[in-house]
Amino acid sequence: MDPRVAVIGDRLKPVSRVIGVTGSKGGIGKSVVATGLAVALGHSGRAVGLFDLDFTSPSDHVILGLEKGFPTEEFGIDPHRVAGIDLMSVAFFVGDSATPLRGADATNVLLELLAISRWGELDVLVLDLPPGLGDTTLDVLRFVPRVEFLLVGVASLLALGSVRRALGLLTELSAPVVGVVENMQRDDGTLVQALAAEYRVPFLGAVPFDAGLEAAFGNEERLVRTQVYGALAGMLERIVPAADAG
Amino acid sequence: MHEFALADAVVTAARQAAQEAGIDHLERIEVKVGQLQRISKDLFEFSLTQVIPEVAPDLAGVEFVIEEEPALFHCRACDRTFGETDLADVQDEDAIEAMHFVPELSHTFIRCPGCGSPDFEIVAGRGVTLEIVEGRSRVREDEG
Repeated sequence: MDPRVAVIGDRLKPVSRVIGVTGSKGGIGKSVVATGLAVALGHSGRAVGLFDLDFTSPSDHVILGLEKGFPTEEFGIDPHRVAGIDLMSVAFFVGDSATPLRGADATNVLLELLAISRWGELDVLVLDLPPGLGDTTLDVLRFVPRVEFLLVGVASLLALGSVRRALGLLTELSAPVVGVVENMQRDDGTLVQALAAEYRVPFLGAVPFDAGLEAAFGNEERLVRTQVYGALAGMLERIVPAADAG
Repeated sequence: MHEFALADAVVTAARQAAQEAGIDHLERIEVKVGQLQRISKDLFEFSLTQVIPEVAPDLAGVEFVIEEEPALFHCRACDRTFGETDLADVQDEDAIEAMHFVPELSHTFIRCPGCGSPDFEIVAGRGVTLEIVEGRSRVREDEG
């Protein structure tokens, strides 16, 4: 028997809401949205955790400017505190080294870190999911109690198909969907908005394409001045209403 | 001391298993710990027998049997089976520490000694597993 599975519910009991940020397609800015959302929630006074579940290509620590460094150990392991939020990432253990993982290994990484991480009292735990509807997404659906999903889409026919598939699966499984965010918006197109309406889930808003974003990575002060951060901060009340916060 | 978190998980899982099996009073819990994770057996045992029973008195007196399991890998690329004794080059403390927290990070630090591939399966000796839970059932005692 795997003892880790038995304890996940206890570990997440002090967490009010768990929001998995997904979108199925790679390169559409899920990590930027997940990280920006977590920081914006943190700056609004909420207690927030961010768990980078893209174990083979973690990037949240880059956005937030953290490098390798083992978490402290006491009755478990403590996420690193950065930019007003708590972050957990395999990058803390392996740095920039490659970590090739097959599906069963990724499942074990998820279970291990869920079982030993001490998040404590949180208003929101944001999960940054890897691209695709693969092992980690299925594991989150299976093992993470009360998880809700926020989908990221871009106005490209290539990416919209993936968002449609994700919405289709989550709807079929009756998984709660917080809503859809359009990322890297370049014009006033309504493709993403229309997709949200088709599946009767909230369209939370659009994040503009921000040419200055890259230069802000690793610097909290610059990050919170980006258009991306401003747009996400403007959506907070639709994602986590103040009444829901601790 | 993340051994405590693992010990806590063992106890939680053992309670669930006991409930499912109709056991009211736990007497013996057998656990396997994998060599790859290199947990401190002393800290793990201390957590199980001293720290946890302080807040969970029902666990006082439970016998914990901890068996260590050697690590065993199977390379998918060249079909070679190898053990941790074949991996003398893994001496880096950060690598050992990383695998201590998450054994699958061995795919970052360990390569098949035959072909150099990171595409291996961890066949045995990964981490902590709950093997056997034994105890008494009040119903059965009453019947007896």
